[in-house]
Amino acid sequence: MNKVVNQRAWIFVLPVVLLVAFNAIIPLMTVVNFSVQETFGDNVFSWAGLTWFEQVLHSERFHAALLRQLMFTAIILVIEIPLGLVIALNMPRKGPWVSVCLVLMALPLLIPWNVVGAMWNIFALPDIGLLGRGLNWIGFEYNYTRQPFAAWFTMVLMDVWHWTSLVVLLCYAGLMSIPDAYYQAAKVDGARRWAVFRHIQLPKLKYVLTIAILLRFMDSFMIYTEAIVLTGGGPGNATTFLSIDLQKIALGQFDLGPAGAMSIVYFLIILLLSWLFYTLMMRSEEK
Amino acid sequence: MGRARGLVPAVYILFVLLPIYWLLNMSFKTTNEILGSFTLFPSEFTVENYTKIFSDPTWYGGYINSLIYVVINTVLSVAVALPAAYAFSRYRFLGDKHLFFWLLTNRMAPPAVFALPFLQLYSAVGLFDTPIAVALAHTLFNVPLAVWILEGFMSSVPKELDETAYVDGYSFWRFFLRIFVPTIAAGIGVAAFFCFMFSWVELLLAKTLTSVEAKPIAATMTRTASTSGYELGLLAAAGVLTIIPGAFVIYFVRNYIAKGFALGRV
Repeated sequence: MNKVVNQRAWIFVLPVVLLVAFNAIIPLMTVVNFSVQETFGDNVFSWAGLTWFEQVLHSERFHAALLRQLMFTAIILVIEIPLGLVIALNMPRKGPWVSVCLVLMALPLLIPWNVVGAMWNIFALPDIGLLGRGLNWIGFEYNYTRQPFAAWFTMVLMDVWHWTSLVVLLCYAGLMSIPDAYYQAAKVDGARRWAVFRHIQLPKLKYVLTIAILLRFMDSFMIYTEAIVLTGGGPGNATTFLSIDLQKIALGQFDLGPAGAMSIVYFLIILLLSWLFYTLMMRSEEK
Repeated sequence: MGRARGLVPAVYILFVLLPIYWLLNMSFKTTNEILGSFTLFPSEFTVENYTKIFSDPTWYGGYINSLIYVVINTVLSVAVALPAAYAFSRYRFLGDKHLFFWLLTNRMAPPAVFALPFLQLYSAVGLFDTPIAVALAHTLFNVPLAVWILEGFMSSVPKELDETAYVDGYSFWRFFLRIFVPTIAAGIGVAAFFCFMFSWVELLLAKTLTSVEAKPIAATMTRTASTSGYELGLLAAAGVLTIIPGAFVIYFVRNYIAKGFALGRV
């Protein structure tokens, strides 16, 4: 759509800018402030320069949390995106079942995150939870409160349960936007299932898949509430992701300087990776 | 082929419902039954957990607090996002692309980063422990999202609609409120749904910005779990009740939900 140049449009965006600026810029500057100062409490601050940044960037604890975070995000992306796509491709296109499927699938998205954590915490308990009891009954020795691998398994399964629906709904919306005529033309040409997917469905899904990957990347990188309720970062530090580590430093130990520096590094990593994903995917779309 | 097609979503839905069923099952059990035996159905069916929640003000007050800030947030986010989304979809102006991107970056800010500064900011302006503080804090991610969704819906409305109205002598605001807003009602519904959803499920900021007066239900639950032992049945019942507002809201937007999840752009 060709748009008219109109500087007065700024008046329309002003309320949004003011509101978001109040919430984004003031707290962000506070964090920046923390990150370059030393404090011993009582609101006494002294200049610390880039000490905290150096400390964070060289800290093994930060590297470990970052590595866990990257691993977790990679695992859930590799599972959720293809799974969501497959489910969306197999969804009914019309009829009464469509609404039923969509409403039931959307349910996990509307449950408060701590309830999601609490729910899985109980569901996976080896003595009173259906999942934990079931796995032990089949013959696995499963106890997510003690075994790091089991904790990871539960965490990933919870995230798949919680968020795959988002991918399904996005892909489904993309599929529904393909006109019937395309499929009929493919049928006339005798195209196989794979050819239809590769040449008709996949190109149309590029935009929604970009959104799905971006949203899942950002949100899984920020995972906090569900994880802290499910495992509390444990056993040991096995599931201490970036947000959890940050909260431990900021609120647990009240080390505002390192916490501030870590916040900024963390935010910049998300921004950088999101931008990278976005440009890469948009570039492949242009080709 | 036809049969296998339906099987994939069916299995997935079963997987989605299992943990929810377990929560529901537990909410109708007595604490003794939960801890003492492993049963797939409640053997002594009880609604005591629910009665307790509906009769104790610290419990049902939590729901009211949560609903208050979620509703304020939804109304506020959509109200400020409407004119902004119109500006982005119809006009070009200095810095429009940068502004749009800057708004979206706020969606990428981890709440954990902002928790402490938010606490200081809202204490400084005297809003700490009010529903307004949480409603305002949640606009950080909901306003950008609402602008994004509404801009998508508005861009699909042909510009001729605006031009015809002006030719017919409508003033801008009369056109906007009488013609344009009803035209994109579906988009507004979807945007409101998303704001409701993200405000309802967020806990970290809501918990940080409240203590007693405006405590959200989700925070009430965590406190109960730690202070009075582990009353699992009560916790389960409270959890089940947090699913209901969401389910209720989905029902209203069920026909637009697929489109809405694609953020209006498909």
